[in-house]
Amino acid sequence: MEIMGLPLIYYGAMILKVLLAFVFVLLTVAYATYAERKIIGHMQVRVGPNRVGPMGLLQPIADGIKLFFKEEIIPSEASKFAFLLAPLVALIPAFISFAVIPFGDVIEIAGYKIPLQIAAFADNAGTVFDLNIGVLYILAMASLGVYGIVLAGWSSNSKYSLLGGLRSSAQMISYELAAGLAIVCVFMVSQSLSLHAIVADQAGLFGWYLFRNPFTFLAGIIFFICSLAEINRTPFDLPEAETELVSGFCTEYSSMKYAMFFMAEYANMVTVCAVTTTLFLGGWQGPLPSVLNFIAKVYFLMFVCMWIRATYPRYRYDQLMKLGWKVFLPSTLFLIVGNAIWITLFK
Amino acid sequence: METLFFSIVAAIAILMSILVIRCKNPINSALSLIMTFFCLATLYVMLEAPFMAAIQVIVYAGAIMVLIVFVIMLLNIRTESGRRTQHALFLGAATGLFLLFQTWYFLSRSSLTGAKGAIDSAAIAKVGHTELIGQSLFTEFLLPFEITSILLLAAIVGAVVLAKKKV
Repeated sequence: MEIMGLPLIYYGAMILKVLLAFVFVLLTVAYATYAERKIIGHMQVRVGPNRVGPMGLLQPIADGIKLFFKEEIIPSEASKFAFLLAPLVALIPAFISFAVIPFGDVIEIAGYKIPLQIAAFADNAGTVFDLNIGVLYILAMASLGVYGIVLAGWSSNSKYSLLGGLRSSAQMISYELAAGLAIVCVFMVSQSLSLHAIVADQAGLFGWYLFRNPFTFLAGIIFFICSLAEINRTPFDLPEAETELVSGFCTEYSSMKYAMFFMAEYANMVTVCAVTTTLFLGGWQGPLPSVLNFIAKVYFLMFVCMWIRATYPRYRYDQLMKLGWKVFLPSTLFLIVGNAIWITLFK
Repeated sequence: METLFFSIVAAIAILMSILVIRCKNPINSALSLIMTFFCLATLYVMLEAPFMAAIQVIVYAGAIMVLIVFVIMLLNIRTESGRRTQHALFLGAATGLFLLFQTWYFLSRSSLTGAKGAIDSAAIAKVGHTELIGQSLFTEFLLPFEITSILLLAAIVGAVVLAKKKV
């Protein structure tokens, strides 16, 4: 059976892939909050949440219910439209980046080849056609995430929110640049912008772009650090530095709207880890079945994020800007030149 | 199907661009402008130019508009101050009508030849849209490309000189 020239299974697979990716991200977000508290707890010789359910495993659900039933407060002087829009604008870009990330190899169902990547399809020979500017799509979505925070900061009509929003947007713009330039090193090796082609090119441990040459190694590390800064994770979580700014851009938010910012933060963390996995750690390539490889790598990187949070203190604002503009930006430019020389010499 | 989709996107684009000039609150104007850019990006995708679409979102919606929103926030303009004068309305209408007349005049005088360039859908499908842009940018249009980059460099140096108090 066909609809508009395409077999029905094509549509079914598409809907299923979207649902799977969405549920995966949501579940990961819910349990990342639990894992973070538990891991940091153990690192600081505490127990972490252990009251709700066995080993505290139902804690995220309890938190969700609590936030859901809290009173919703909209400040009377707030600019209402932007105030309501902001949490959505923060949350959506974090989720839709997953449309282009390949989370598994091509699988075969009833004679049809289906690539485990949402915005992609395969012909009967198994050749995958995906969005051929996947990396740029991710950069575009990342650059939209800043609006949620800026709008939240501005519309709340509160000094703390405004300062938090301003800080955050300045930080995101600064680090986006260095992150984008670090990705250029990947383009130079892969010679393609399609994420499927990038993953297919990274077979074997030494095929990973992280281990391709010394320049891509450094680029990978810089990309990960810049991404942490872009999503406001510790040690770059200045926009919500509670000792200076109460709670930053989400000071005036309560109930589900606050929860949406919270979810956006963790969803961004999942996205950043997935992008780093795809670009530098070989995506789904590895010894296990393809999807499991991908999940294992993403979870490892998320553990690293939490580890960093438990270890490092927060940067001061001027140090943060200095690091972005005076260290990362010049060094990524240097890496691009170095990478070009390396590729030409050792073809 | 495609025509229907185009009509919806184009209608949203026009509606949003009207909102850009009609909103009293500058932030809402900026938001409408972002939506307009988004609709344009969608149209680029429909024209088989995904690279242009991505650049449209990254550069216009992602970078330039962030700076505009940033400035509005820093100045903390709440609503538009000052009233609209009759003179401005008259001048605006006159300019608009003149532009409309100009467009009509040139469109009615020229004729469409129907001649097509070297790059068509088949070439895009074979080589790839991004690759084609890269090729023509670094071969045919190398000089304009380099001149643009020198201009941008000059602008950056100028910005640094202006921003720095003591040189």
